[in-house]
Amino acid sequence: MRIFMNLCKDKLAIASLVFIAVLITAGLFAPVFAPHNPEEVNMSLRYAGPSWEYILGNDHLGRCILSRIIYGIRPSVLWVFAALFISVLIGSILGFLAGYFRGKNDAFIMKLCDVLLSFPGYVMALALVGLLGVGLENILIAFILIKWAWFARVIRTSVMQYAELDYIKFAKASGISHGKIIWKHIVPVTFSDIAVISSSSMGTMILQISGFSFLGLGVQAPQAEWGMMLNEAREVMFTRPELMLAPGLAIVLVVMALNFLSDSLQVALDPRLLNSNKGNQVMAPVSKIKIQEKEVPN
Amino acid sequence: MGSYIIKRLISAIPLLFIISLITFGLINLSPMDPAKVVLEAQGVPKITEELIAQTKADLGMDKPFIIRYFDWVVACLHLDFGTSYVTGKPVWSLIGPAFLNTLKLTTVSSAAIIVLSILLGVACALTAGRLIDKSVRGLSFFLTAMPSYWLASLLIWYFSVHLDLLPTSGMASVEHYILPVTVITVSYVGIYFRFVRSSMLSNLNEDYVLYGRACGLSEWKVTMHILRNSLQVAVSIFCMAIPIILGSTVVIENVFAWPGLGSLSVRSILNRDFPIIQAYVLILAAAFVLFNTISDIINAAMNPKLRNGL
Repeated sequence: MRIFMNLCKDKLAIASLVFIAVLITAGLFAPVFAPHNPEEVNMSLRYAGPSWEYILGNDHLGRCILSRIIYGIRPSVLWVFAALFISVLIGSILGFLAGYFRGKNDAFIMKLCDVLLSFPGYVMALALVGLLGVGLENILIAFILIKWAWFARVIRTSVMQYAELDYIKFAKASGISHGKIIWKHIVPVTFSDIAVISSSSMGTMILQISGFSFLGLGVQAPQAEWGMMLNEAREVMFTRPELMLAPGLAIVLVVMALNFLSDSLQVALDPRLLNSNKGNQVMAPVSKIKIQEKEVPN
Repeated sequence: MGSYIIKRLISAIPLLFIISLITFGLINLSPMDPAKVVLEAQGVPKITEELIAQTKADLGMDKPFIIRYFDWVVACLHLDFGTSYVTGKPVWSLIGPAFLNTLKLTTVSSAAIIVLSILLGVACALTAGRLIDKSVRGLSFFLTAMPSYWLASLLIWYFSVHLDLLPTSGMASVEHYILPVTVITVSYVGIYFRFVRSSMLSNLNEDYVLYGRACGLSEWKVTMHILRNSLQVAVSIFCMAIPIILGSTVVIENVFAWPGLGSLSVRSILNRDFPIIQAYVLILAAAFVLFNTISDIINAAMNPKLRNGL
């Protein structure tokens, strides 16, 4: 609740939060919100401009652009969230195993992470898509496979800070099971770190995955996806440049909202940063700088 | 320093070994039989069991994994990455020129990114909290949220179609570099100038700055001292940026029809041309390790404290 109150103080964060909430709802209940069937071809309406019936106009096959944008939320945003969640989950489990129990498991997991992180992530994702075949699910699998290592490593560092503290030692000495210690005493304190690193990757991941779709490696026509829509718009770019606007702006707005939210979340979870930011000392908190060192959008 | 370099280089060898093993193993991860892929790629109308067995023997795929791996590594060290499934040409004859083209684009873009990041970072740090700083940061927030291919398309539309000033695709002349380099630069400067800025800001409050000012050094000289110290952090980030850019020009190359690695790899993925994908991953992963090593060495050269780390 305190976190939420802190978040509320930031107007931009609230605006972003509302925007993303609306977007998720629209995506989940796309059939309710979309005015038309996104795959309904209507050749008489090719390249029609905005009208009351088709608010954003129609594309090269006369399909309703607004409906396609709304249906596109699912693959462009919701599935990306799901993939991110799974890779954070894998990262957390291994990060907790490594950071809490240490020893041989730790050494092994960290070596594995080192090797995975020594591959350029974007290239690996591309290669995995090449081997598994074209399609959104394969892109998501590729991203899960390459992203977890990064999360595992950061979460391990976060867990290690707490694993050696006196209250954990006390809990161990009183004979509480490891599972209970992790769940009751470590998960709550490391949760804010996990939330911050995962939220800061969301924007990047949406950009990267839409880029794959733009290249024609992801969602296949006629399904609607923002990157795919831009790919289709590119073919008529010289004559109908306006078709690029709606899907492009959709991506920009979502990524901006997520980035704002991630920054505010970080401040909300750690109010000390608020004061250090006031003096314009360091814009990004130190933890964020460390995160960005490896996690840069490609 | 010499011993540090040698140690650091040696420590990269096991990593290269594992990378080559994974890259080679990737092909076996594919749900499709490579022999079948070859036959399909060559457009053989009817694929029979015998034909598959025959192709396997031709490609040497009937040998055990370890032997194939060592044959492959030895061949790769001679820049022989096999032959393309689709065109039948040696992979190197396709990937070599493409790599060179991508390298050209990456070099120019990286140079632009580094220069601009430092300039903007310094400008923002010196004007922290004032108009320039705030507007640059606000703009960077918008630009980093932009999909690069979208920005590229918008720029092509405006400069090439609307104003008819710049070429839309290819790499024939210097003018062809302007748009792709601008797009890559814009999408990365927004991230990297922040490192320079925050690193400058954290140095501004150090004692040596106060001392320099107290001694009556000119503001320019003080800034140069701060910059020198701030760039230590930036060097490793920039070193890692180069291979990242090298690997991520894929989308931009496709938009601008740049005949580089990105275009080649996407085409190979769509055609399931495994040897090219394999060589692509191997080359970029090796570049990643190489630049990582270089960045450590440069850092150690600048900061002797780091040399005992190994």
